[in-house]
Amino acid sequence: MATLDVQNVHTYYGNIHALRSVSLTVQDGEIVTLIGSNGAGKSTTLRTISGILQPREGRILLDGQPINRLAAHEIVERGVCQVPEGRRIFSRMTILENLEMGAFARKDRAAIQDDLARVFDLFPRLKERIGQKGGTLSGGEQQMLAIGRAMMAQPKVLLLDEPSMGLAPILVETIFQTVQEINRQGVTVLLVEQNALMALQVADRGYVLETGAIVLDDSAANLRENETVQKAYLGIE
Amino acid sequence: MDDRRSTPDDRPAGAGVPAREGAGSDGRPTDGVAGGMAVAAADTVSRDVPEARRATASQRWAELSEQRRNRVLFAVFAIFVLAYPLIDRGLGWNRMGSMNPILVFVLLALGLNIVVGFAGLLDLGYAAFFAIGGYTVAFLTAPQSPLVQRGFQTDFWVALIVAFVVAAVFGVILGAPTLRLRGDYLAIVTLAFGEIVPRTFLNLEGLTNGSKGMNPIGRPHAGDVELLASDQVPWYYLILAILAFSIFVINRLHGSRLGRAWMAMREDEIAAASMGIDLVKTKLLAFSLGASFSGFGGAMYASMLQFIDPFQFDFSISIMLLAMVILGGIGNLWGVLFGGLLMGAFNFIWVESAANWIRSLSTNPGLGFLAAVDLNNSKLMLFGGALVLMMLLRPEGIFPSAQRKAELKGARAAIPVTVPGIEESLHDARQGEQVAGGGR
Repeated sequence: MATLDVQNVHTYYGNIHALRSVSLTVQDGEIVTLIGSNGAGKSTTLRTISGILQPREGRILLDGQPINRLAAHEIVERGVCQVPEGRRIFSRMTILENLEMGAFARKDRAAIQDDLARVFDLFPRLKERIGQKGGTLSGGEQQMLAIGRAMMAQPKVLLLDEPSMGLAPILVETIFQTVQEINRQGVTVLLVEQNALMALQVADRGYVLETGAIVLDDSAANLRENETVQKAYLGIE
Repeated sequence: MDDRRSTPDDRPAGAGVPAREGAGSDGRPTDGVAGGMAVAAADTVSRDVPEARRATASQRWAELSEQRRNRVLFAVFAIFVLAYPLIDRGLGWNRMGSMNPILVFVLLALGLNIVVGFAGLLDLGYAAFFAIGGYTVAFLTAPQSPLVQRGFQTDFWVALIVAFVVAAVFGVILGAPTLRLRGDYLAIVTLAFGEIVPRTFLNLEGLTNGSKGMNPIGRPHAGDVELLASDQVPWYYLILAILAFSIFVINRLHGSRLGRAWMAMREDEIAAASMGIDLVKTKLLAFSLGASFSGFGGAMYASMLQFIDPFQFDFSISIMLLAMVILGGIGNLWGVLFGGLLMGAFNFIWVESAANWIRSLSTNPGLGFLAAVDLNNSKLMLFGGALVLMMLLRPEGIFPSAQRKAELKGARAAIPVTVPGIEESLHDARQGEQVAGGGR
């Protein structure tokens, strides 16, 4: 049974049909990436899974249990946590307060302290600036904070929306290494990226989304070799 | 003041370190400038103590003793408030009759601060809940009420609690349709509620006696002794007690889990939802708890005046309450308390005093034209002018919350010691600013 199973999901923004029967699965412990151009519906897919949007048709199963009718906060409680696009850290809160907000849904105080230490292991730079306001951090640090904050919710499945957006290449590299590290620690990852090259390097499998529908799905290695993908997303002629 | 001088010179750099550790271990924000500066001092300055000592000595003392100074200020304030009736009589001010409504408005401003300051939901119709609180008590106790006419007159204390609950329920009822709205749209809908509610009371003549109002309204009592409308001093202490209780509760709310949820929601709703915060519940609780304190306020106000009609709750009340919140420092309980007192004094005391003074001047030869000036009529204009000045000179309020201060006055948050990577130059620049700012 797949950890995350999205079945024929249709999502609308008002009358706009944004997702047309999207189906995808993420197995336990995998990194799966969803690539595609602007407006293809990548973020919409993530928002539908995390409950910020409700699908009009189709089902989303987490470990076999339907979650598509649940509110966003209930989905977080079940272990699916999203790092939203554009990071959306709490800019007037300090790093520590941001991370504590990440653990909002949890009650196990001792374990929260352990996870805080774990996040600081992943991102030592956050520890250096524990009292600094989120809004004064650089883009890369904000992305680290956004990922760290999501990790504080102890997710089974981490949904990452464009973690490379607006970051210098060297930082993108760091972020992706951390994503792999998080995955090694047992977190299943669904990664939405425009930077297809990076995404296909870290992912096990990938889906290609075009105008709201999945057009390709294969192992990341095969997708890297696929001519269409190379032309459209990897810039290889 | 004395103890500032007597503290050894090298304390600031040392004192900054525990402040930072405190922030890490107990999970609380280092509140206010003192904490922020202490962390900044520890980070930027500890390696170069002599320079820091020279650069910021006087200011650092001011910052570090802020908490102590606040405590002293609070004690002075509390004594003043507790002894006010004596002071008032001793100095012959005769302002007790104005102090009571001022305190009620402060209570209302504190309730509004929950909605606007804590949860970030701009509510322009808060007077609606004030009216609901007042009318609940009137409905339960006044002789014009159909309920009372059928023989169900309620005790004031019970009515007070009922008003609290009813206002909270209406907070949910009026909050529910606004759940999907933000910012301007929310403001417009709440504005409409602020108009609809008094109009409803005006037109439900069978229940509320319409424009003729309801009178007399039940009074608080202890045993057989009733508080008369003319007994201003006991009223004062009663309202003060309710105010103190409300401050206690609101202060606890602010630091609670719910308070943190409000703060997160105010900052970013999507992120808050991604953290597992139930937005519906959190918003409705803000509306409901915010409204409930105005239920207290309305009940006290109606009972104190012994009279209620729909015209007491017009739009200017909502705006004045909002101005109290903004003036004092949105989101900061103590700031709002102070802003409320200031605006209340302005509204109920100072304008009138100034008007009387001008009138007395007009008896002098050559100043006769002043007799035509009545400041009471231009109260709202003065009020608007004061707000404009305030926004220009001190937009964060008189006592801003720590966060707003940081936002509006340039971050005084901790700045890192060393910054590896590509952001180095930017942070160096910031650090330079920080030190320069500190030495000012």
